[in-house]
Amino acid sequence: MSLLSKTLSVALGLVLLQGVPGRAQVYADSSTQLDKYLVPVTTPSAAPDAEGFLGRWLLLEPISKPNRSNTVFTDSYIREAFAKEYFKGQLGDVLPKDGAKVKVTVEYQPPVNLQGGRPAFSMEAPAYEKKTVRLQWHAMDSKRFNVKLFRFATNLTEDRYGVIFWAATVVNCEEDIPNVRMAVGSNSASMWWLNGEEAVILSGDRRMVADDVMSRRLTLKKGRNVIWGAVINGPGMSDFCVRFVDEAGKPVKNITLTTK
Amino acid sequence: MTKDMKTKLFLVGAIALFCMSAAAQVGHPYIHDPSTIQECDGKYYTFGTGGGGLISADGWVWESGAVRPGGGAAPDAIKIGDRYLVGYSATGGGLGGGHAGRILTMWNKTLDPNSPDFAYTDPIEVAHSEVDEDCDAIDIGFLMDPDGRLFCTFGTYFGNIRMVELDPKTGARKEGAKDIDVAIDCEASTMMYRDGWYYLLGTHGTCCDGVNSTYNIVVGRSRTPYGPFLDNVGRDMLKGGGKMVVAAEERRFGAGHFGRYIVAPGVEKMSFHWEADLDLSGRSTLAIRPILWKDGWPEAGEIVSDGNYKILSRRRGYALELTVDFVRAQGGMRGFFGQQDETVVVIENQRLEEVIGGWPAGEIPVRCSDYMARPHQKWTIEAVPEAGGYLGGPWYKIVIEGTGRALTAVEGHELTTAPAFTGADEQLWRIDQLIDGTFRIVPKAIPGCHHPERFCLYSVADSTPTLARFNFEDDNAKWDLNKR
Repeated sequence: MSLLSKTLSVALGLVLLQGVPGRAQVYADSSTQLDKYLVPVTTPSAAPDAEGFLGRWLLLEPISKPNRSNTVFTDSYIREAFAKEYFKGQLGDVLPKDGAKVKVTVEYQPPVNLQGGRPAFSMEAPAYEKKTVRLQWHAMDSKRFNVKLFRFATNLTEDRYGVIFWAATVVNCEEDIPNVRMAVGSNSASMWWLNGEEAVILSGDRRMVADDVMSRRLTLKKGRNVIWGAVINGPGMSDFCVRFVDEAGKPVKNITLTTK
Repeated sequence: MTKDMKTKLFLVGAIALFCMSAAAQVGHPYIHDPSTIQECDGKYYTFGTGGGGLISADGWVWESGAVRPGGGAAPDAIKIGDRYLVGYSATGGGLGGGHAGRILTMWNKTLDPNSPDFAYTDPIEVAHSEVDEDCDAIDIGFLMDPDGRLFCTFGTYFGNIRMVELDPKTGARKEGAKDIDVAIDCEASTMMYRDGWYYLLGTHGTCCDGVNSTYNIVVGRSRTPYGPFLDNVGRDMLKGGGKMVVAAEERRFGAGHFGRYIVAPGVEKMSFHWEADLDLSGRSTLAIRPILWKDGWPEAGEIVSDGNYKILSRRRGYALELTVDFVRAQGGMRGFFGQQDETVVVIENQRLEEVIGGWPAGEIPVRCSDYMARPHQKWTIEAVPEAGGYLGGPWYKIVIEGTGRALTAVEGHELTTAPAFTGADEQLWRIDQLIDGTFRIVPKAIPGCHHPERFCLYSVADSTPTLARFNFEDDNAKWDLNKR
């Protein structure tokens, strides 16, 4: 064995002994500006990331839906909350245009004073006010495996807690891809649809966990496949991650993403 | 006495019995976010959110009395040299409010508030979070690794769990150390080290919602303290990964805030809180469970519950039994070839009444043999509530099922059974589940022995039990308890 081979063997052995894939230390960063998490779409299409997570999404500014606790997010509650029509074309095949605005009348709780500490807890729902707001759609690319809805909200709107987020994207396939599953994690509860059919529901007080819930086996059809998602949260940092995996659990990456 | 009064008394009695349950700490073990248990001058201490904490003289009966200034949330403690470093967070923790947190540490020479040496140093800040960044600097957890490096983790569901290295001499942030993100969507994080792995523990689920709290403790591991901490399916805790360590039990809900306590090699305990214990008014209580290590992953073990058991040696698998005559059971030798149309009958096991008359009235020695489900091999293990306990468990009596005949330690580090359980210390047994799931059975007293805690039920030969020193690497010192 040559010296080079020996060296390579020792190095390989050390890597195997370590037993985990290498990853640089993730140094903490206290900045919270939007472009740390999401940037506006500037290219015609995008690919999934190296692990197959879908990063291109059309995101609607949060719809106020006050909740003092996430424990209310039962299956029935979120089905009812997401069944309401908030905008024309909801769950439809045609996605809203980037920059389009939606007029919605919502229940409203004044923003929490962040300097004031934890609000006094009460099981009694406060008397919420109502207001009519105009919310905008934004076509965004995530710089992370997940879509940090909380920072989308804190950078663009006043509402951060007690909200519903709507998200949509188009998965484009060159051929049918059968027997794939939609894998979702979300904070907090969420529902997801593929081509108008319900695919995944995540109920309860959820933390975002990659591959937390998967759909039954699905077929991504040749051409456009429209995904809709809705995430609801009370207090907490809303986000989600979505990818497709094949029968072997490998990420599906031979797809492209658009928001049209 | 009215029927209503009788009903109330019954309920009070039932509740009192539950309070003595072997599955939970007794006394007044009410606490939230308990710090890792520390031993100081023969007593055990844990601190909680809001200030103060619990003290126990034996590790089983807990009362309030520990003193920690500073208030705030979710402390932790570690002994370094001859001093205790206590960390806590003064602020933050507001999921709907402010997230500007400060992690503080302070020293004390003793945890005994009655000691003349009891005095905390001024707290110093080792980490903080800004009002709205992706971190909420509360919930500190300490780890000192085998190289003498001191680390702490902190954070909540609000963003990332972070880790930073501290100076073990000062308890301050190590000069030049940077915060590192190691997980998301956790609370009550801490690290531990074992066999070349750094383990990151975190609590998932819903906090502070009583019996509906879904708090549960998960773990990932890494070869370095800096991560990545991956779970058993390779998922990074920065992506929400984590393998379950302990979740709810039938009567207790919301396991959170892990702490590790190594009693001896092979004997480890985890402390945490239940958000709600149904047997204790649904209050938040201290919990202590054995740590099991399975394929390199920690899991919660069991506190032995009252019941009927066979006690099997790990040496050979023989059952602990009385040294009495083997009595042939009914059914006997009936040949191998029955008639095909023969009516099937069920034959009962040999019963105690059939054999007990032949047993000596006084002491009967014990031995081990292959298990044949005979009365002299069947044991009842029950907690003795009035006897107190030890770290994470009550003292037990071990008697032959259906009798008061009790396993007893005798002079010369030997064993016998006495015809009746008297409550004497030599009839009380400490039963610890070991990290491999087997059990160590230790007498509270051995006549003539000053250190009974060093001895355990031991297989000196396949058929011969005795009392000898415990060594986790020695199967002779281990037993399986199979509930029947």
